[in-house]
Amino acid sequence: MLQTQGLAYSYGNSEQLHFPDIECKSGEHWLLLGQSGSGKTTLLHLLGGLRSPKNGMVKIEDTVINKLSSAKLDRFRGQNIGIIFQQSHFVRSISVQENLALSQKLAGVRPDYQRIKEILDQLNVGHKIKSSTRALSVGEQQRVAIARALINKPKIILADEPTSALDDRNTTQVIELLEEQARAVDAILLIVTHDNRLTNIFDKQIHL
Amino acid sequence: MNLLQLSWKNIAFKPLNTLLSIVLFALGVGLVALLLLLKDQMEENFDNNLAGVDLVIGAKGSPLQLILSSMYHIDAPTGNISLKEARPFLNPKHPLIEDAVPLSMGDNYRNFRIVGTTQNILEWYDGAISEGKVWEQNFEVSIGAKVANDLELKLGDTFKSSHGVVTDEGVDMEHEDAESFKVVGILKPTGTVLDQLILTTPQSFWLVHDHDGEASATADEHDHEGHDHSTHDHGDHHHAEGTSGKPKSLLEENEEKEITSVLVKFKGHNFQALNMQRSINENTDLQAATPAIEINRLFELVSTVEQVLRALAIIIIFVSALSIFISLYSSLRDRRYELALMRVMGSSRSKLTMLIILEGLLLAFIGCVVGLLIGHGGMEVLSMSLEDSYRYNFSGSTFLPEEAVLIISALVIGFIASILPAVQASRTDISEILGEG
Repeated sequence: MLQTQGLAYSYGNSEQLHFPDIECKSGEHWLLLGQSGSGKTTLLHLLGGLRSPKNGMVKIEDTVINKLSSAKLDRFRGQNIGIIFQQSHFVRSISVQENLALSQKLAGVRPDYQRIKEILDQLNVGHKIKSSTRALSVGEQQRVAIARALINKPKIILADEPTSALDDRNTTQVIELLEEQARAVDAILLIVTHDNRLTNIFDKQIHL
Repeated sequence: MNLLQLSWKNIAFKPLNTLLSIVLFALGVGLVALLLLLKDQMEENFDNNLAGVDLVIGAKGSPLQLILSSMYHIDAPTGNISLKEARPFLNPKHPLIEDAVPLSMGDNYRNFRIVGTTQNILEWYDGAISEGKVWEQNFEVSIGAKVANDLELKLGDTFKSSHGVVTDEGVDMEHEDAESFKVVGILKPTGTVLDQLILTTPQSFWLVHDHDGEASATADEHDHEGHDHSTHDHGDHHHAEGTSGKPKSLLEENEEKEITSVLVKFKGHNFQALNMQRSINENTDLQAATPAIEINRLFELVSTVEQVLRALAIIIIFVSALSIFISLYSSLRDRRYELALMRVMGSSRSKLTMLIILEGLLLAFIGCVVGLLIGHGGMEVLSMSLEDSYRYNFSGSTFLPEEAVLIISALVIGFIASILPAVQASRTDISEILGEG
């Protein structure tokens, strides 16, 4: 379960951004909609524990993550939250497989090469397992990024504008993949977007 | 995929930067290691051959040259002295002198020096016979272990000596008409200069060089083809009558005869003994030199050069530390996304710190290992040429405790060079960087 109460954030001295309270149950898929500059990414970072709120709290299951110490929060994030960014970045010196193994290792999970192979196969990038991440096309990069976000079977999957650069056909495909993978691990899927093409697909929506 | 593997992959990802850092580091460490090895082995070679010699007495000239030629056999002798002058020091009744060894030099056989001396020299250098016996008669030689080994000489082999302390290329100065020397003994290895000497009686020298079996050598000091000699006669060498047979003690020989120098051991290091050197230098035509003082002077000369080279090495190491620092620091900019990403994946700040420090340590460690290889390889190459020139044993395959210190220092330097980039990495503001897109 993901729950927020009275979340507020401000950059420097600028006006505080207030966010609506959210409550998502396990297995639910949500869309977080808003125009550019409405604080979508900020909210995603607050939910992912990348930033600490000025006010309010973010609760995942029974843990109030903004009360955790830095190291504990890092560990918690690695194990429970999978984040897919607008642009895919990888540790460039190592292969696709090693990136996923690193993701497990850093979360304190033993690297499971069987699972790495499976998830890459499911996402249709199994043949790139030994490749350098720089040898991937943009579409492949996004699939590997999804695989990395899901490798530790997180409770929450946060996706930041996953479809902004994609055409209609690919958009549908990526959303299907995300939903399918989220279902596979029974995770909350929360997609942050301003892409109106998605509003028809998801009925649970939060508007900023 | 642990942190060490990841840091290895990261430095391997930038091969040129990594190469530069490692090469610089290796050069610095290699130079330091080479200097350490060279100094240690030089000192060891010098120390092994001190043999308790308190004073070396020979012809006037450079005291260092006298020591180097008489004790270390690496320079030309300063000249010769007559038995008349040398005899008091060889007399066992001398009140201050416990023991003395006369040396006659100036000939060689295939670059190994032939030394005319008395048998007590063996006690001084802890020499012992391995095969055969100690030289007794004229033209009998006992040879050092290295001579036997390098020249493949066996008991019973004979050879003719050549003039000079080394054999010049193309200038054959063999004493063709003189009697041949015969190997009667081979010495056990001692680790001293004894290993590279061919020992015989002092009288053999006179016989090789004498015209007519008489003392004809005068104490002229001229130089012949750049060599100093025991005696200077090179007409037709022929055998004198009675060349073989047990020679007389030097105390009973004609006082006009010459030897090159005398090594002296004092009974005690009292005031009179210490005064002897000064009194010889001031009151006689002889020169007396103290090995310890001269060798120290030599080391001082060498250490000036060594200090300059060491300073150079330290500068190189400093530059290499700077290069590690710059390469890590500049890589942070390229890697800010992946560092932020590692945080997102669950890495703590301290893990990022450790990652960068590991990269610095790895660079320094590899540089250090390569440097030690360069140092030892260089020493091995150098030892070949040193052995060629001086016949002393040098080796690139011995290791010193100081090298452990060198490795530890290298790691400390790598650590220091990576602290700042590491701290910088741990301060990565993940949200800000990932928010950039």
